Amino acid sequence: MAIITKSYEPTFWDKLYFPALFKGLMVTLRYFFKRKVTIQYPEEKYIPPDGYRGLHRLNKYSDGRIRCVACEMCSAACPVDCIHIIPGPSPWDEGKERYPVRFDIDLLRCIFCGFCEMACPEEAIELTEIYDFSDLTRENLLIDRDGLLEVYELTKNKNYYSQTKKSEKSET
Amino acid sequence: MGVVHGQEMVLNIGPQHPSTHGVLRLQVKTDGEIISEIKPFIGYLHRCFEKHCENVTYEQVIPFTDRCDYLASMANNFGYVVAMEELMEIKVPERVEYIRVIMAELQRIASHLLALGTFGLDVGAFTPFLYMFRDRERILDMFEMTCGARLLYNYMWVGGLSHDLPIGFVESAFRFLDYFEPKIEEYNNILTYNKIFIERTADVGVMPADVAISYGVSGPNLRGSGVKWDIRKDEPYSIYDRFDFDVPVGIGEKGNLGDCWDRFNVRLTEMGESIKILRQALTQIPKNGDVHQTIPKKIRPPKGSIYKRTETPRGDLGFYIISDGSPIPNRLKMRSPAFTALSVLDEIGRGWMLSDVIAILGSLDIVLGEIDR
Repeated sequence: MAIITKSYEPTFWDKLYFPALFKGLMVTLRYFFKRKVTIQYPEEKYIPPDGYRGLHRLNKYSDGRIRCVACEMCSAACPVDCIHIIPGPSPWDEGKERYPVRFDIDLLRCIFCGFCEMACPEEAIELTEIYDFSDLTRENLLIDRDGLLEVYELTKNKNYYSQTKKSEKSET
Repeated sequence: MGVVHGQEMVLNIGPQHPSTHGVLRLQVKTDGEIISEIKPFIGYLHRCFEKHCENVTYEQVIPFTDRCDYLASMANNFGYVVAMEELMEIKVPERVEYIRVIMAELQRIASHLLALGTFGLDVGAFTPFLYMFRDRERILDMFEMTCGARLLYNYMWVGGLSHDLPIGFVESAFRFLDYFEPKIEEYNNILTYNKIFIERTADVGVMPADVAISYGVSGPNLRGSGVKWDIRKDEPYSIYDRFDFDVPVGIGEKGNLGDCWDRFNVRLTEMGESIKILRQALTQIPKNGDVHQTIPKKIRPPKGSIYKRTETPRGDLGFYIISDGSPIPNRLKMRSPAFTALSVLDEIGRGWMLSDVIAILGSLDIVLGEIDR
């Protein structure tokens, strides 16, 4: 059992609590007139910096060929085994011989560690700045090859959230 | 749920209770409002970290260490890579060492801000919590700028770092420190020396030094009891021996030595010390250097084992790694500081009122991710 001793005895002035309350309110009052630091989220989107680790995408060459050669380096590097690839012969004449017939990512398993994009020798898989991709069903969060290529179309010009400059966000 | 036992009543706090700082259930025996026994039930967040590590390669362990103490992921990464580097005898470049120390100290400030803020929240002070989160946000922004994640960084790798510092990081870190240093005074005004706060925390939950040591409590909780023990000072790892900083200890300024207020104040003072380290590190950091230079192609440590401990914001974090020469750890044990901090709760919480137990639990700054692993 703890020994309960009181070494601190508040004086009568302390017990009023008004000075303490007033001192605290002085601090809060100063912030009342300052610029707000919050973002009104659904209306106003937070713009992540470059290199943000969000939703994945599969990159394409400028002529539309998929960069991925289905070497499965990413699925080997993945600590949670969320990438599943089925390789096949490439339908294009020039370039690489292999391409992914299936490329599935289980976003519910993914921990967004970024090992896949580090492991990729072709810079094919990349993590984008998209962070709000929650959904109501598990099926919708299994993203396949075409889904990943669609994400590429959405983010290739780095304009998913806004065209505005990042410097507007904050000083940091 | 109440089982009436004569005059005693068994009461469950949690697991879904904001004051338990996560999914922790406390079974308390109360006599009226006086607590006679506290039994913490843990395991709601158990994710088999240690067993999982035996199935992934050494580098793949790092994202899982992030998820142990999720409020101080950098510090967990740091502890693991320091242990691995000692096992593999890797000497990392100067720049990497400096960046690691900078990140770890920024993380210490961020983690303490959250700890202090939620402690204030537990005893009824809502505003400081918001202010501290606002400042913590700036640190998280810097981390995000560096490695692309806000909470679970996967930043420090064995032998190096995942990314170099982005352009302008040092300047923005200095800007942050200039901004943050006066804020500590503001926290003092609004919370630390607030009479209401002092009455809620001073003399409450006194943890004598011998109790703290016998339970293995470490970090700010131990220093709050007046024991000057900091692994950064006493057993320096990385390059902590180069920096000049103090180890703040509790002196029982407002009450008995080792009370909640002391633990709170130690954390607050420690942020000031972290700023000191950061200023030195940011000035001394070498301008050039490849952070990927010493990352081994294949991490295959020699047969053997290592126990290495580091000072995280919560205390003494130890990694015990047994290697059998394969790329997968044979056994990995993590000694987490929050676990020992929780174990002392029963000892120091008995005899106090229910609302004081909430304050004591908040002052211990536990993270359930680390306790359950």
